[in-house]
Amino acid sequence: MLDLLWLVPVLPLAGFLALTFAGRRLAKPAVTAIGVGSVGLSSLVAGAVAAAFLGHMPPGGVHRQILWRWFDVAGLRPEISLHLDALSLVMILVVTGVGFLIHLYSAQFMEEDADFARFFASMNLFVAMMLVLVLAGDLLLLYLGWEGVGLCSFLLIGFWYGEPANVLAARKAFVVTRVGDVAMAIGLFILVDRLGTLDLQAVVARAEAQWAPGSAAVVAVAALLLGGAVGKSAQLPLQTWLPDAMAGPTPVSALIHAATMVTAGVYLVARTGGLFELAPSIRTAVAVIGTATLLLAAGAALVQRDIKRILAYSTISQLGYMFLGLGVGSASAAIFHLVTHAFFKALLFLGAGAVIYACHHEHDIFRLGGLRRSLPTVTWTFVAGAAALAGFPLVTAGFYSKDLVLWRAFAGGHFLLWGAGLLGAFVTALYSFRLVFVVFWGETGTEAGARPGWRMTVPLTILAALSLVGGWLGLPAVLEPVLGAAEEMAEPHGTELLLQVLAGVVSLGGIALAWALYGRPGRHGDPVADALGPVGRWWRAGWGFDALYDRLFVRPYDAVARALEKDPVDRLPAAAAGLARGFHRALALTQNGRLRWYALSLAAGATFALYLVLTL
Amino acid sequence: MKLVALVLVPLLGGLLAWPLGRRRTEWARIAAVLALGVDLALALSLLGPAGPGGWLATFELPWIPSLGIGLRLGLDGLSLVLVLLTLLVGLLAVFASWSEIRERVGFFHFNLCWVLAGILGVFLALDLVLFYFLWELMLVPMVFLIALWGHERKTYAAIKFFLYTQASGLLMLLAILGLGLAHQRAAGSWSFAYGDLLGVSLEPTLALWLMLGFFAAFAVKLPVVVLHTWLPDAHSQAPTAGSMVLAALLLKTGAYGLLRFAIPLFPDASVRFAPVAMVLGAIGVIYGAVLAFAQTDLKRLVAYTSVSHLGFVLLGIYAWTSFSLTGTVLQMVAHGLSTGALFVLAGALYERTHTRDLERLRGLAPVVPRMGAAALFFALASLGLPGLGNFVAEFLVLVGAWEVRPIPTTIAALGLVAATLYSLRFFQRAFHGPAAEAELADLRPRELTVLGAMGVALLWLGLAPQPLFEVVAPALDVLLRTAGGTP
Repeated sequence: MLDLLWLVPVLPLAGFLALTFAGRRLAKPAVTAIGVGSVGLSSLVAGAVAAAFLGHMPPGGVHRQILWRWFDVAGLRPEISLHLDALSLVMILVVTGVGFLIHLYSAQFMEEDADFARFFASMNLFVAMMLVLVLAGDLLLLYLGWEGVGLCSFLLIGFWYGEPANVLAARKAFVVTRVGDVAMAIGLFILVDRLGTLDLQAVVARAEAQWAPGSAAVVAVAALLLGGAVGKSAQLPLQTWLPDAMAGPTPVSALIHAATMVTAGVYLVARTGGLFELAPSIRTAVAVIGTATLLLAAGAALVQRDIKRILAYSTISQLGYMFLGLGVGSASAAIFHLVTHAFFKALLFLGAGAVIYACHHEHDIFRLGGLRRSLPTVTWTFVAGAAALAGFPLVTAGFYSKDLVLWRAFAGGHFLLWGAGLLGAFVTALYSFRLVFVVFWGETGTEAGARPGWRMTVPLTILAALSLVGGWLGLPAVLEPVLGAAEEMAEPHGTELLLQVLAGVVSLGGIALAWALYGRPGRHGDPVADALGPVGRWWRAGWGFDALYDRLFVRPYDAVARALEKDPVDRLPAAAAGLARGFHRALALTQNGRLRWYALSLAAGATFALYLVLTL
Repeated sequence: MKLVALVLVPLLGGLLAWPLGRRRTEWARIAAVLALGVDLALALSLLGPAGPGGWLATFELPWIPSLGIGLRLGLDGLSLVLVLLTLLVGLLAVFASWSEIRERVGFFHFNLCWVLAGILGVFLALDLVLFYFLWELMLVPMVFLIALWGHERKTYAAIKFFLYTQASGLLMLLAILGLGLAHQRAAGSWSFAYGDLLGVSLEPTLALWLMLGFFAAFAVKLPVVVLHTWLPDAHSQAPTAGSMVLAALLLKTGAYGLLRFAIPLFPDASVRFAPVAMVLGAIGVIYGAVLAFAQTDLKRLVAYTSVSHLGFVLLGIYAWTSFSLTGTVLQMVAHGLSTGALFVLAGALYERTHTRDLERLRGLAPVVPRMGAAALFFALASLGLPGLGNFVAEFLVLVGAWEVRPIPTTIAALGLVAATLYSLRFFQRAFHGPAAEAELADLRPRELTVLGAMGVALLWLGLAPQPLFEVVAPALDVLLRTAGGTP
């Protein structure tokens, strides 16, 4: 069964190829069958592989499938190989499982779109590339998947490319993440130069053997890999592309910009954890970046009006929690939160999509309202997702995973980071239920038109169930053998329990405040944004990063390009040509056909020659 | 003999195409296709295990024995890869101009075949006088291709191209003569054979000057920034086939010259010069990318991307490591294919819309979806997307250059971001945005075949380039050993 692993990425890839080359000639049902079916089959194979893997753990907990050797130059032999261990297993289950549900949902959501086949082709390619990313046994192949998902993200953000704003958003996403990718590439150069390999296992093994903790090379490599991760996972300072990426169709936001691609950075840091362990300063940087991002993005989410932008900032913020988990040395907590977040954030996006679908593409939450009556399934599943996001105690998955991250931060002695994370959790609860109460409670705003059919409600229901019970999966126990056991706990379990109660209280407090401000009838406007005033507007604009980068990078680059457009170097030969022409003109003047002038110049020349002969 | 035939077949094909084209234009095209096809088969028959010195085949015939000048040809893995690229791109160029070129068709194919023959000869010549002769041979028909079948400013572009190449070629001729003289002084007899001149010991200052003579000629062709300004004019004014040959092949003769002659003949001088060259390469990567981003003429944009991509080649050559040289060779091939394809697309767009102005091309994706998909594919190749040949090439160049000089390498790596900017700008400007209200024909089967072949080749180079590496590896090892690198 394990030998079928290659089918997991190949099936969606085949779907992509079929839809690309024959998509426009196929009827919609056929396109649906290929587009949704390929990912569905892939998830079945992934499930079977998982059963085989867990039933019969291969030696070392790793199954490797080498497909072919990419190339072999001067001792560097990257392979196109698949690496299955507990970590990649969890990832492929999430990618294919959540991916399938989102594809199924899209079959209805995108039904009226003229470019139905192009949509599914791009989605299938995305799933294939994401699977390559998480299954790659070699950092170079991982990089292929990494850039591949970036490409699909670009294609799908700009899916409705008739609108110039979408085109710009797509380009922004590609370019900003590519800045991180180049950092990552340079990290790979150093690895090849110093360790002579990019094989995941060999890199970590050789790094441990060759590099002292904190040595310059490993710090540089870890910092550069972090650069890549920060770009892909929209962390400070490369977070600016994600809110704009909401220009894509909503299922795209659910799949790529919430559940899977944006978590690639978290996956990368977890996967190369051995390197980060050797570079403690960079690991601390991971935690600090994560914490700063989670606070900033939570603040921004609190004052957005566009339902998708709220969720986008929320995603950035939740990714910040994952980085915090990684940074305090608990990759298993980070991956646990990655998985539960994939469930509840995909759910929230799909729910938002159902609202947008029903309410004539209305994105402004303050023009929506009271939808609880007309869209009951959407409402209750959305509430389940929001509760998980807010960390509603005991009955939601998000509570357990977020709590584990915070507990590991506390247990590691990072009290400041823990406090910041707790503050973030409060804001998270507040903004997620601000969204719920404004959209689904209160007076009816835009009337719901089209009702979602089973292809939309089934994924919502399944994801809602997972958002609630996913916390009992016991993932950390499965992951710890791969990601390293948790460090010795400094505090006894009593403290953990106390902190859990505290986290629960904070979450409930946030929800209660949201109810007080937004839930009760008779609310006017947006109390939080009104209270914050100009600060709120600053936060709404994403803390002004776009304006800053526009001044620092975009406009100067444009100005330089415009100044150089005509290629100043070309002036040199033009000047030479001008000089030659000048000489030519001057000499031509002497050929004026006047006999007297010729005689004079002849005489002058002869005199000069004579003078030379006589004096020298 | 096969090596002589390799050059002669296209020459004869050209001679045949000229008169045939006067009778029926199709005959000229078919004659060119046949000649190049036969030549391609001939080149493929030379694949095999490398002999001593990495040679797959050699040929020698005395020409002017008193001066030690001979018809010396040699083919190693490096030459073979470039010969195959030349013939493949040559064939595709004939197909790409099938509907574009309608005037003086016979003479057009004569010139095309003769340029290709000159290029093939350059990749084979192992006698420096012969090399110079062939170097000039490829120049004249190329000038005709630009001047007769080009666009609005074709005369200006052709003259500029001629002057740059001719002037720098003369510097190389002086250097060749100087080197011959040095050999005569040292050995007592004249020789211009590559093998004889390799070992000539030179006084360092003289070596530096002679090396710079060679470098000048190759730097103009490559092009190295500051000497590049002929290129945007020539590329944008030439007809599609001309642009393809220029970008895919002619520029590579510069790289080949550096690899085969400038560095092995003057290893010590090259070591001294390498830091300068690598910095020039990095500057070229960035400068070309920024200028490509600024252009509004589609063909000029693509032309500047060549300046950027060949910056990687310069960087890789002067890093002189196994990684960087392997990457350089792959970059030459991959750039030939991806840029060639972009010129095919630019030509196809021009044929349909009669404009190359990016300000006027808008929203074409819904109108010509196949063309949009093809443009996206080759734009992605150009920005170095993994899975396509250009990525492996640039990765290897940068890895190799990193070991030697990290700072110019980092600057060049930033070129990958700049490449993203110009590639996306080109693609999104022309194909995205509000749908164009024009009725245009999508890619025709012949165009699809040409682009498809180039696309498949790029995928192959991106995912399993090992066969190509196997062919060039022995040749590169020999070069590295000759010039004191570490293979």
